[in-house]
Amino acid sequence: MIKKYGIKQLSIFLENRKGRLLEVTKALRDASINIRALALAESAEFGILRLVVNNPEKAKSVLSASGFTLREQDVFAVEVPDEPGSFCKVVEILSGADINIDYTYAFVGGGKKAVLIFKVPSERLEDAIKALLDSSMTLVEPVFFYD
Amino acid sequence: MWNEIESAPREELEKIQLRRLQDTCQRVYHLVPFYKKKFDELGIKPADVRSLEDLKRLPFTTKQDLRDHYPFGLFTVPMDQVVRIHSSSGTTGKPTVVGYTKHDMEVWIEVMARTLSMVDVGPGDVVHNAYGYGLFTGGLGFHYGAEKVGAAVVPSSGGFTKRQLLLMKDFGATILACTPSFALHLAEVAKEEGYELKKDFKIRAGFFGAEPASQGLREELKEQWGLIYCEAYGLSEIIGPGVAAGCPYGNLHIFEDHFIPEVIDSETGEVLPDGEEGELVFTTVTKQALPIIRYRTKDVTVLHREPCKCGRTLTVMESVKGRADDMLIVNGVNVFPSQVEHVLTKVEGTTPNYVIVLDKKGVLDKLEVWVEVDDKTFADGIGALEALKARLQQEMLNDLYINVKIKLVEPKTLERSMGKAKRIIDKRDAEGLKK
Repeated sequence: MIKKYGIKQLSIFLENRKGRLLEVTKALRDASINIRALALAESAEFGILRLVVNNPEKAKSVLSASGFTLREQDVFAVEVPDEPGSFCKVVEILSGADINIDYTYAFVGGGKKAVLIFKVPSERLEDAIKALLDSSMTLVEPVFFYD
Repeated sequence: MWNEIESAPREELEKIQLRRLQDTCQRVYHLVPFYKKKFDELGIKPADVRSLEDLKRLPFTTKQDLRDHYPFGLFTVPMDQVVRIHSSSGTTGKPTVVGYTKHDMEVWIEVMARTLSMVDVGPGDVVHNAYGYGLFTGGLGFHYGAEKVGAAVVPSSGGFTKRQLLLMKDFGATILACTPSFALHLAEVAKEEGYELKKDFKIRAGFFGAEPASQGLREELKEQWGLIYCEAYGLSEIIGPGVAAGCPYGNLHIFEDHFIPEVIDSETGEVLPDGEEGELVFTTVTKQALPIIRYRTKDVTVLHREPCKCGRTLTVMESVKGRADDMLIVNGVNVFPSQVEHVLTKVEGTTPNYVIVLDKKGVLDKLEVWVEVDDKTFADGIGALEALKARLQQEMLNDLYINVKIKLVEPKTLERSMGKAKRIIDKRDAEGLKK
């Protein structure tokens, strides 16, 4: 099921240095890569930029070649109605299955839908997907993000 | 002057040196396999040492030799005669160990008493000792010396600047013993706290050592505290502080009836004449537990043998000008880049790509190590990266005895020159650095 619903997310290590974010985004723009979802985590000295893009393989090679430190990570995406309680419901299911959420981010899609992206410990990824499917949640397949 | 030997005619002094050197050669040759082998390789027997001129025929000893015989391999006495052990941090995990017999302690206390007597420290004086107590020789060396001359010692050790100032004022400290940068730090904090240095404190002299001090720093300390500046020079391999001490005329006298100095060309090992700059080498001639033949200090200096206005005939060494190796001195603590590398390699998941950045935070040194995070080390989580940082900082503290700030950086941001990594960036006062 990881194969079917796992989405390749790229995590990029960034020093807190002026212009560094611009350099990543320029590299992606120049390679015509479209960012479909993103989140930026920050600490006092460095940050981690997390991206879901339309062509992860190409993005990986472009960023590696530009000298960025990166890591590919399996995440999953859940489509929910864009209304109160939707996020809560997903978290409740994961919590009920005793699965910790490493981090999550979201974006609002078209047609009153929202997409939630979750990262859970890799050894629990399969369980998480199964728990959500068992509860009749809609998981988003990678093809939604990729070209 | 504590001991009249300090002003003895040179011939008399040299007679004593020769006799003691001969005894020491017999001692190490017969009791330490390492030295027997070294002497034999050079075809020298202890009996061949007939004059001080023969010293230059003897083998050198290096810090590596001490490490190779960790912990007690070069001791000439059984452990039941050892009454004190000190050690400094090692370059590859193993520290350098030195031991003292009861007699060695007496020698050490004697040279520390001579040091303090440079400004006649004695009964009625209060010695505020802010050198670190513990495995380092600085704190305890001054402590025992001060007790010997009959002064009252305040064993404050390092840190807690504001509390130290309170004690210095309330206890009426007359003598300050610490690193020069800490003395300046004390002065600056005192001013911030509203003290008037010359009015609120009675410090009349200071013994400053364990790190190099620029002429500007010396003048500033004299001016701010209104004190006589005495330099303290030493290294644990020889005895600790007390190898040489500065007189009020600013000359650093070597207590050479115990430690015979030479200056050599670092490359060739040839002995250089007085007045020429080179690496300082010491032979201990009265130590029992760990006598050392021609120890290469890696400190670069110049020797002079003219009598001093203070009356001493002892050889004068100029203040150390630099190092013949890559050792760094951070707030008085010796650090080798290889020690940093060792810790990085030890902590799983870090590449040995790093840069050591030395800077000043106020007057105190600040050491940062910038470590590259590569695709392998990079855990996708702030928590995991912070944990890596914390672990590296902890390991540095354990192995190097100093607080190091770790900064995680992206690969290829670290400067490289000609394919060889530039490992050290020293932003401190050019005169205050050792490189």
